[in-house]
Amino acid sequence: MPKANVTFEDIGVTVTVPAGTRLIEISEKVGAGITYGCREGECGTCMMKIVSGMENMSERSVLEDQVLKEIMAGRQNRLACQAQVLGGEVVVRPG
Amino acid sequence: MKAVEVAPGVHWIGALDPGMRDFDIILKTANGTTYNAYCVRGSSGVAVIDTVKESHAGEFFRRLEQVAGYDEITTIVLNHLEPDHTGALPELMRRAPNARLFISFKAQTMLKGLLKSEALAYTPVDTGDSVSLGDRTLRFLHTPFLHWPDTQCTWLEEDRILFSGDVFGCHFCDARLFNDRVGDFRFSFEYYYRHIMRPFREHVLAALDLIEPLAPALIAPAHGPVLRDAPSAYPRRYRQLASPQLANEAERDKTLLIFYISAYGNTARMAEAVRDGAESVDGVRVSLFDLQGGEVTPFVDLVEEADGLAFGSPTINGDAVKPIWDLLSSLAVIKVGDKLGASFGSYGWSGEAVAMIEDRLRGLKLRVPVSGIKVKLIPTDAELALCRDYGRELALHLTGRAARKVISMEELLSAAPATNPAITAKAVPTATP
Ligand code: FES
Ligand SMILES: [Fe+2]
Ligand SMILES: [Fe+2]
Repeated sequence: MPKANVTFEDIGVTVTVPAGTRLIEISEKVGAGITYGCREGECGTCMMKIVSGMENMSERSVLEDQVLKEIMAGRQNRLACQAQVLGGEVVVRPG
Repeated sequence: MKAVEVAPGVHWIGALDPGMRDFDIILKTANGTTYNAYCVRGSSGVAVIDTVKESHAGEFFRRLEQVAGYDEITTIVLNHLEPDHTGALPELMRRAPNARLFISFKAQTMLKGLLKSEALAYTPVDTGDSVSLGDRTLRFLHTPFLHWPDTQCTWLEEDRILFSGDVFGCHFCDARLFNDRVGDFRFSFEYYYRHIMRPFREHVLAALDLIEPLAPALIAPAHGPVLRDAPSAYPRRYRQLASPQLANEAERDKTLLIFYISAYGNTARMAEAVRDGAESVDGVRVSLFDLQGGEVTPFVDLVEEADGLAFGSPTINGDAVKPIWDLLSSLAVIKVGDKLGASFGSYGWSGEAVAMIEDRLRGLKLRVPVSGIKVKLIPTDAELALCRDYGRELALHLTGRAARKVISMEELLSAAPATNPAITAKAVPTATP
């Protein structure tokens, strides 16, 4: 199965995950400083920053895109409960 | 009651709410509050700055009508979209068809949700934008997170009056209105800061950098007295409140606070071992506190300045003990989001407290990089050694020297909820707790 490496910069942990894993599935378990609200891509609480490797992330869905625009997120921001890791190396941090 | 002139051509047109006791559930007030709104007359236009809570709209409109006709109003400014200041807006927009609405650019998404009305035309503004009333100019200062993302202040340039929104406000109701005439409201001012503004202190300091150089001749907040006597005292006081009282003597060190509570001394011994481990790392200042020997408020002050927090609690009736929750629930008034969190404790037959505390820490947006330690009953020497390692690892994380870890998803899932499998040391009890 294709793998991806996700590094949580704030806690210094890299997790090797199957391609297609949502960030929330990892961030929740690993103890990174991210909080969650609705878990359904509506509230924007779980926003995090992709430090590098955005090209290895899934495209923003219409819903995710809309919420991120509403909270005036930057281009590097994604919702942990929505965004999937597709492969390669991705570095993330809270915020 | 009349509109009150606060400067030539500038009137207070707000409302008094002397019966209010609980504001937004979390705030108390012993004599009510005011919703302050203002009207500014210029040679070619009239501006209304903020409105009032919907229940008090009648009072607001009666005062407004004393100083301006609705068709004269060219400009409506909202410094902040919370309902206590926007309750009369839809009706005001209906009555003043010539008015343009100005809100902070961060307020745009909130406008619809709050006012439940679809097509309100508005102009979003940022620091540096201004609107002219002829011989008078309103200039906008973007002061986000004081205390909502949308908050801004409005500066009446020619008169050097700052309409500050909730900033420098307080819940205090006195019809004499001016700070040099009302009763003693100083405690209300401080209380409001501590409960409303304190979690946003970096934003407070950034806003003060914009506000203080203006040296306002009068500050007109959205609640409580109008500050005309020695107005600069209030920004100065905010600056003091947003800065630590005493400089941290160990300024270059990272600080770790260990709070514990112990029924039989077991969690206390773990706490000491965690401390010893953390102290073995250079560049970390560790402090150990028994929660039974202190009150919550001063601990909250300490936490505000700390880099890391570790909580030690026994598990009693399947839960962490109350003094721990009391402290954790008080942390909402400060910013804790960038700190490191940790938890440990001794237990009798089930050890839920450690994971419950960790969940709460994550909920407060702390990072919890090292999974907590729980020990059954009395810690053995081997378990105390684990506690020392744990303290050491916390200190390494604090100083950015922790070894980077690489793990697989399977390891992660089996080790929920955090990276290290919660170290549950099994000890043979040598005595009952
Ligand atoms: S948790 Fe609400 S958007 Fe992700
Ligand atoms: Fe407010
Ligand atoms: Fe308010």
